Amino acid sequence: MTQVAAFTIEHIRFVDPEGQATQPLPAFADQPDVLIALYRAMVLTRTFDAKAVSLQRTGRLGTFASSLGQEAVAVGVAAAMRPQDLLLPSFREQGAQFLRGVTMTELLLYWGGDERGSDFAGPREDFPICVPVGTHLPHAAGVALAFLLRGEPRVAVCMFGDGATSRGDAYEAMNFAALYRLPVVFVVNNNQWAISVPRARQTAAETLAQKAIAAGMPGRQVDGNDVIAVRHAAGEAIERARGGEGPTLIEALTYRLSDHTTADDASRYRDDAEVSARWKEEPVARLRAFLVAAGQWTKAEEEALIADSAAAVEAAAQEYLATPAMPAAAMFDHLYAELPAALAAQRREVEGAAVAEAEAS
Amino acid sequence: MTELALVEAVRTALARAMAEDATVLLLGEDVGVDGGVFRATEGLLERFGDRRVIDTPLSESLFAGLAVGLGAQGFRPVVEFQFMGFIYPSLDQIVSHVGRLRNRTRGRLSCPMVIRAPYGGGIHAPEHHSESMEALFAHVPGIRVVIPSSPARAYGLLLAAIRDPDPVVFLEPKRVYRASREEVTDDGAALPLDRCFVLREGRDVTLVSWGAMITETLAAAETLAAEGVEAEVIDVATLKPLDMATILASVERTGRCVIVQEAPLSGGVGAEIAAGLADRGLTSLLAPVHRVAGYDTVMPLYRLEDNYMPTEERILRHLRKVLAYA
Repeated sequence: MTQVAAFTIEHIRFVDPEGQATQPLPAFADQPDVLIALYRAMVLTRTFDAKAVSLQRTGRLGTFASSLGQEAVAVGVAAAMRPQDLLLPSFREQGAQFLRGVTMTELLLYWGGDERGSDFAGPREDFPICVPVGTHLPHAAGVALAFLLRGEPRVAVCMFGDGATSRGDAYEAMNFAALYRLPVVFVVNNNQWAISVPRARQTAAETLAQKAIAAGMPGRQVDGNDVIAVRHAAGEAIERARGGEGPTLIEALTYRLSDHTTADDASRYRDDAEVSARWKEEPVARLRAFLVAAGQWTKAEEEALIADSAAAVEAAAQEYLATPAMPAAAMFDHLYAELPAALAAQRREVEGAAVAEAEAS
Repeated sequence: MTELALVEAVRTALARAMAEDATVLLLGEDVGVDGGVFRATEGLLERFGDRRVIDTPLSESLFAGLAVGLGAQGFRPVVEFQFMGFIYPSLDQIVSHVGRLRNRTRGRLSCPMVIRAPYGGGIHAPEHHSESMEALFAHVPGIRVVIPSSPARAYGLLLAAIRDPDPVVFLEPKRVYRASREEVTDDGAALPLDRCFVLREGRDVTLVSWGAMITETLAAAETLAAEGVEAEVIDVATLKPLDMATILASVERTGRCVIVQEAPLSGGVGAEIAAGLADRGLTSLLAPVHRVAGYDTVMPLYRLEDNYMPTEERILRHLRKVLAYA
């Protein structure tokens, strides 16, 4: 017998759950400002999530997917991107979207049932949230193919959950990306749960990172609660892609501390004890412990950050709540570049109904 | 002026579009070296290179999604599916993303693309190679569905589809890929995507069809003409958005209408046209609207294929009933 292929999957961690460095840190971590920026972004994301859940609970927001406990994945990945790169998120990557320049008001508008929430004023080329699980990996391959064909030093970064890796779309996109050495990085936020289905029931593979091997690209696993590890692995993969060396799959191991969405009740299918144990590993407290031990973060700074984050989130919430809905006929505005004559009557009917409603009130 | 078969007109339009716009790309299985299983892309790899004519792995679920990414980035991908029967893995992309991207980003992103696929029966092809499922696509908001029925219309409509800023599903009736030739001037002139074509004028009855069935429909009209009955024949061409105005105007004159579709009867585009006539043309109608269609069966394998396909004889039978109705 001859062995024709072999592979290993490495796991990367720099800081353990107690906030202790487990190995020398990557160069970027020498700059306190960089780590503090990561910390601020994670705290802001957590504050936003809490506010969004509270808005939903009080009937002022639609269904919402919190990223509680997974902030390091989104923040670490987006921090490694350059402005000219392009993010294709799933529906739990708000932390990454904020770093890209998507506003909190925009995401509240989106979850509040308004398409304008995906008309980002900041990152104009970034893709909107993708709800059908895993269907955006092909988009990322297409975007990366566009970068490659134009010879642009840009990278597409596609983020999705563990459930997505079971989809054929994911494999087809990764296979194509590796085949054409596309400048794309695939990041799986392995938060252990696809609604009620645990990671163990998703695939018999030991890691999700190794799904890359069959597609012909490297796969790496990182501690997704260690933002330094995420930032490091994402940075290496993104610059590798930018350098023409092709795609990478990064599996970030983390845990969904919240329900799947506000429409879900996770107590139906998982034990509180499991969740409590996982709270000991979460990323925000971990980086805070590291920064405090390093003398880079004080109680006063923490209090100021909490107050600033709450104020910024509250301002965004107020702006969202004060935004009136679009006129009803707006549903026709961007259906096609130019509304076909065949649809003019339907549009008139909606406009007429709006006029009648206004006259009646 | 050159006489071209329909598949050659497709190739000529592709070449013209690629020559005039460097963002036009071809993607699909066997579109490169092999020139496509029907040779629709023959010679284009040699002419435009492998960065614009891209042989893809066998990934039908991927293609339309790949085109979404390319389209959002300013390319105009033309994706070939080898047969309509293999397009369904991309239906998820077409419904969930292709038709929605412009609207859900309020015009910030869009995905111009053409999804090409040969479709329809009548060539004794294997299983899954002969269906007419155009109604699946015609139901999807935000896209266009276009079916040419002649070489000249294939040329003009495909050029229009590629230049259109919105996604177009372009279905090619493969039974007539090489059935006839006609003069096609490669002058870059596109045909409108929002209009039916009146192929034959007549005052007595309106025949509405599209795709390969135009052949049988025109033949039935000729047979009637020999009997002194003049049928107007309309090629719908763009099934979505549907130009009911042209059909209504015709039926207003004729008062009678027969719709011919190869697709299964129920829930088809013919039903949409009949409903449009009931809604807005009822007072013009002198007779019930008839549909001549494929049956609501699984498309039979080829021994029974001819029993499924609407024939000139079946069309005439319905025409005579509609004409006799007083």
